[in-house]
Amino acid sequence: MDAEVFRAWIVSAAEVIEANRDHLTQLDAAIGDADHGINLARGFAAVVDALDAAKPGVPGAILTLTGNTLISKVGGASGPLYGMAFRRAGKALSDAADPDTSALSAALEAALAGVQQLGAAREGDKTMVDALAPATRAMAKAIAEGASQDDALRSLAEAAEAGALATIPMQALKGRASYLGPRSVGHEDPGAVSTALILAALRSAALAGR
Amino acid sequence: MKKLINSPETVVTQALEGVAIAHPSLRVDVENKVITRAGGPRQGKVGLVSGGGSGHEPLHGGFVGYGMLDAACPGEIFTSPVPDQMLIATRAVNAGAGVLHVVKNYTGDALNFQMAAELAGDEGIEVVQVVTNDDVAVEDSLYTAGRRGTGATVFAEKIAGALAEQGADLAAVAAVAREVNERSRSFGVALSSCIVPAAGKPTFELGDLEVELGIGIHGEPGRTRAAHTAAGDLAAVALDAISADVPVSGDLLVMVNGMGGTPLIELYVMFNEVSRYLEARGGRVVRNLVGNYITSLEMQGFSVSVCRLTDELTRLWDAPVDTPALRWGR
Repeated sequence: MDAEVFRAWIVSAAEVIEANRDHLTQLDAAIGDADHGINLARGFAAVVDALDAAKPGVPGAILTLTGNTLISKVGGASGPLYGMAFRRAGKALSDAADPDTSALSAALEAALAGVQQLGAAREGDKTMVDALAPATRAMAKAIAEGASQDDALRSLAEAAEAGALATIPMQALKGRASYLGPRSVGHEDPGAVSTALILAALRSAALAGR
Repeated sequence: MKKLINSPETVVTQALEGVAIAHPSLRVDVENKVITRAGGPRQGKVGLVSGGGSGHEPLHGGFVGYGMLDAACPGEIFTSPVPDQMLIATRAVNAGAGVLHVVKNYTGDALNFQMAAELAGDEGIEVVQVVTNDDVAVEDSLYTAGRRGTGATVFAEKIAGALAEQGADLAAVAAVAREVNERSRSFGVALSSCIVPAAGKPTFELGDLEVELGIGIHGEPGRTRAAHTAAGDLAAVALDAISADVPVSGDLLVMVNGMGGTPLIELYVMFNEVSRYLEARGGRVVRNLVGNYITSLEMQGFSVSVCRLTDELTRLWDAPVDTPALRWGR
């Protein structure tokens, strides 16, 4: 997957975040402060502008610029966490011009490690990790079993979506939702949903690029 | 949604422009969203930086000035500011004696301020961070993000600001801020939620006969919902929670803070109830604040913050301050 596919991923992610802005806001109103959709939409819009201006030539640089821009524009917990995720993924891809599925899988694992290091969330805490961790695991497993790129990315996206839904019965142990204690149960975590949307965008960009 | 705004996208920027015009004692960098003292830093004085989401005014921009903060970083509504702002602020207030970051305990604030402190350190600026976590409504355990930083932040910024103004070093200024945080506890009750401009509707719905107990300052639901009762009962709920955590005897600094949408006349009723409760339990309310200091847009409700004073903390509280929101002794 070359730089064009990665650029298409980020542009598509920005579109899907914008399209789901109100939904994410509503999820965040239930167990947070109603700003997740707004903040991510603003951040990703800024990322698209930054990519248009800088036109990074390799996938790694695209993801690093994405991460840095999110840190500067999003704020809250999402800015540093998504920023770290994209920066770590970008660093893992280095200056490879056309990373393969395995390289992408490793980059997503680096992203997950970065998020968990920064935010200290574990699976089950009802956060973005609950989408990202099962997703990266599913993708790695698919690759190990010899799956095609399409199938590996399908596993990634589907596991992320399932992971987000699985946050519904969880009680939040991290972030603003944790202040609600048991009242956070029964609501889908907005960070997990936005992660699932972003990974779905990755899958569709890769499919479209072939 | 009826608000006195032009559009959700322009609220923060246009408010900052309004602040700049209203308060010549402040230098407001609207583009970068950093508020500093117009006169700049005083050489050799520890610089105090704080910040947080917009929507809590006067916190923190209204507390920039002599005897209190040197800089404030306002983020988007209810969203912590970004490291870029904090770094600009930190550089601006660095006067050779180091910089204190007063950080309210929220995941976003903590992460962004941590990044900023590292970046500032890379530039050779010594930064020490003090985290406020005075809200007793949240249990501080492995199962939460920790207690929220609320009203004690105002106390810490004033008292640490006074000590810095007197020429104390960074370690001493940080220590007194920590001491204020440790000696303070808060609890809030809401009669309504608030409307985040970009969301367009209340973050949660409360019925006519309901209140939300143990609220934060971001419009989020509290710990429990309860029936609306008289002011005395609500004061007791708040103070029972506080006094279950710490003793409330001795000399006290008490703030009855409006969440933004509650009239002053009601805050004075609450302060009356709060004072009676405390005096009945051996507390002497020797200093107080009644008004809107750390708000949540137009949320109706109150929070009470109680700080157990020492002679030194009282002296620092009384020290002159000249900011848009607090002004005495000058």
